[in-house]
Amino acid sequence: MKLADLVRELELEVLAGPDLEREVTGGYASDLLSLVMARAKAGQLWITLQGHQNIVAVAVLLELAGVIVAGGIEPDQETRKKAEEEGINLLASSLPVFELAGRLYQLGVRGIDHA
Amino acid sequence: MGDMAEQAIILEFSLQGQDFIRAGEASTEIKQRLKKLGFRPDVVRRVAIVAYEAEMNVIIHARKGSLRIEITPRRILIRTLDEGPGITDIEQAMQEGYSTASDMIRELGFGAGMGLPNIRRFADEFKLQSRVGEGTLLEATIHAD
Repeated sequence: MKLADLVRELELEVLAGPDLEREVTGGYASDLLSLVMARAKAGQLWITLQGHQNIVAVAVLLELAGVIVAGGIEPDQETRKKAEEEGINLLASSLPVFELAGRLYQLGVRGIDHA
Repeated sequence: MGDMAEQAIILEFSLQGQDFIRAGEASTEIKQRLKKLGFRPDVVRRVAIVAYEAEMNVIIHARKGSLRIEITPRRILIRTLDEGPGITDIEQAMQEGYSTASDMIRELGFGAGMGLPNIRRFADEFKLQSRVGEGTLLEATIHAD
């Protein structure tokens, strides 16, 4: 599924959208950056409550399809700027992490390849 | 990688403790370089994880330090050397979930006690030396073949 379709379906706010045509191959949710580094895979969409700019470096290093900052948290201005510069899709949602993950799952986004 | 010279490519970055604004820049540059050189995606991913965790450890815990990477077609050596508090008990520091990071740093999602375990897990060779009150030397090697 393309990220643009998920943005529309879930009414995500696009804070930086340099590549919304990117294919989303799965999802991952965590606020611990080292866990994300170890477990999230290229092409996945990452849900987090962290809104500071270090999430962008993690997304770049892992080649994630995008980051959704959930729970109505407003990412820092620097985070938006950095996401744009680094070509990372940065989205926001007022939905809590659990609800957002559930809806993504309903739309066909999986956390584990063979689930 | 047929066109890569026999001699190693060396990149060196200086790191500043508590600089969370530039955090991750060195690792990102290293990753882009490896991709351009044509290393396999799984090798690039492992180097990116190890370099990032090593870089963050210096930024989180030390006053300052350096990140050096030595790239040859068959292996990539990542080394950080820092001036900082050092590690009192290396065995304890290697345990998942153990961290001495402050609450402020934990709130940012760092300090989960996963950094060193991640480095050991994703590297093929791993060496850690530390002197309390002076600093820490970390070396991790990833085999590319």
